[in-house]
Amino acid sequence: MEAAIDVERITKTFGAGKDKVVALNDVTVAIEENEFFTLLGPSGCGKTTLLRLIAGFDHPSSGVIMLKGRDISQLPPYQRSVNTVFQSYALFPHMTVAQNISFGLEMLGKPKRYIKETVSKMLALVKMEALSNRCIDQLSGGQQQRVALARALAPQPQVLLLDEPLAALDYKLRKEMQFELKHLQHETGITFIFVTHDQEEALTMSDRIAVMEAGRILQIGTPRQIYNHPAERFVADFIGSTNFLSVELLPAKGPDARLRLSSGMEVRVKLPDGMVPSGRVTAVVRPEYSQLLADPGRKGDLQGVLENIVYFGTDTHYHIRLPDDTTFVTRSQNQLEETEAFRVGQPVSITFKPNSVQVLRN
Amino acid sequence: MLVLAFAASGPLLIVLAYSFLRAGEYGGVVWTFSTDAWFNVVFHRDIFDETVTLAGAHMIILWRSVKLSFFTMLTTLVIGFPTAYFISTRPRKTRSLWLFLMTVPFWTNLLIRTFAILEVIRNEGLINTALLLFGIINEPIQMLYTDFAIMVGMTYVFLPLMVLPLYASMERLDFNLVEAAYDLYATRYQVLRRVIIPMAKPGIIAGSILVFIPSLGAFVTPRVLGGGKKMMLGNLIELQFGAGRNWPLGAALSITLLALVMIALLIYVRTTQHHSENSR
Repeated sequence: MEAAIDVERITKTFGAGKDKVVALNDVTVAIEENEFFTLLGPSGCGKTTLLRLIAGFDHPSSGVIMLKGRDISQLPPYQRSVNTVFQSYALFPHMTVAQNISFGLEMLGKPKRYIKETVSKMLALVKMEALSNRCIDQLSGGQQQRVALARALAPQPQVLLLDEPLAALDYKLRKEMQFELKHLQHETGITFIFVTHDQEEALTMSDRIAVMEAGRILQIGTPRQIYNHPAERFVADFIGSTNFLSVELLPAKGPDARLRLSSGMEVRVKLPDGMVPSGRVTAVVRPEYSQLLADPGRKGDLQGVLENIVYFGTDTHYHIRLPDDTTFVTRSQNQLEETEAFRVGQPVSITFKPNSVQVLRN
Repeated sequence: MLVLAFAASGPLLIVLAYSFLRAGEYGGVVWTFSTDAWFNVVFHRDIFDETVTLAGAHMIILWRSVKLSFFTMLTTLVIGFPTAYFISTRPRKTRSLWLFLMTVPFWTNLLIRTFAILEVIRNEGLINTALLLFGIINEPIQMLYTDFAIMVGMTYVFLPLMVLPLYASMERLDFNLVEAAYDLYATRYQVLRRVIIPMAKPGIIAGSILVFIPSLGAFVTPRVLGGGKKMMLGNLIELQFGAGRNWPLGAALSITLLALVMIALLIYVRTTQHHSENSR
């Protein structure tokens, strides 16, 4: 089946000479239909630039963007069946809520009755029926956001782009809207392309995530894949927290690779695609997949001294200093019965399942 | 406060008083009550047979003033709008340069600016010489000493007064809105009509008033470019205090001009009130 949006080898540069900025560097990604796809990355990684290229507010320096197989790279925004929810909402201040929502339909020349029906439907969809004739400057941030959503959905685009739409909302409202957006995407079946720098948001809402940094896509996968199998140092670090281990790659016996930890433990792992195995590499283990043991544990378990115990209400974090002077953090979920088995300064060992070890490309 | 009130209304009251007096033989006024001046604004009594007709000359001048002021307002709007839009879409660094270029002529003396236009449009001036040179015409086009000349002059003189308020309005325009409109399938023309113009409305109205009112009372520009044959209200008033030797009539005409300005301001206030009520 055709992808909804095909981004092929897109490069975008701004400026020239020594002021030249490469915002996107040979980016390729295929976004499926009826998918909630998130572009995740820190400020300046190029995610908003990519969104704008898909929307048509700018043209790529090289490469092609396709919408359902049709090349839209050079088309202006009003010729693409793609609509945008802006970070600042960009609602028309001189129009009412209903007029904002109907704008796209009016521009498309839809008949009056159809417009009226659609506006009602949209208002119901975002639960703003009562405020149809309100002026924009009388709305709260959350309400403005819903109007922006309704306005972008009214013309029934093939793809909806959302540029950090929840950034300006307070925590509670943001959580509510996350659910609502997910629900909306399911109900309308429209492909959502969501831009955010909040990794928690990306993990909770997306069907798939593309992690971006400095103009490149580092990894694409489902939230689980990205979280459990980060292939790049940046991805491992940006999403959740993790422990970095310097390990030695042993000559492969069979299809999988083997590595040896500093404690001598040998683990069989799958290397990430496109990685050339050699010498010392970095592996990561998530805190929650590792466990603390008071006794020396088995041969090959990492050993260290418990440096710090941090209580978080839901979890407790244990900071262990390893012999090579690095810190390893384990996390365990708290039980109702308070039994603190560990003391600071105590020698401890760390255990984790072999398949929780993930090797990084860099 | 009292001083201000007196300073503001004092001269006005004097003019009002003069309009109800009788004209002196050699200028000045005679302190006798008379409504002759007001009568003469609108009517003309033939000195031979005492028939009363509409003061044709005055009507023509009045009409010319309103007409030319109105068209000057329109022309400055048509030229000023794209100019202001252009300036407001320049990068911040060069924007002050463009504004500077726009307002520099404004610092030049009005008389000199008007003579500059004269130089451009007269029969041996810039335009005609160029057209003759390229063989586009055989005889110079008579542009000077016409209503058209006055309008060109006033447009040039008052253009900054239209561009600056328009620019101030547009500078506050959130260009995200323009992008949003394009995103929602508006063509360039529709974006202009449905987003940019409505949002620039305060600037349009302010600029229009700032051009219309001074245009009504202009007298240097019509004198220089109209050659004395095309009079406007300002010239007519000046005449009464000079060779016309009819100060009361001059005073009455001045009050009439003031009334026209008041009406224009009233319309302005009404439209801006209406506008801000609309957006509530």
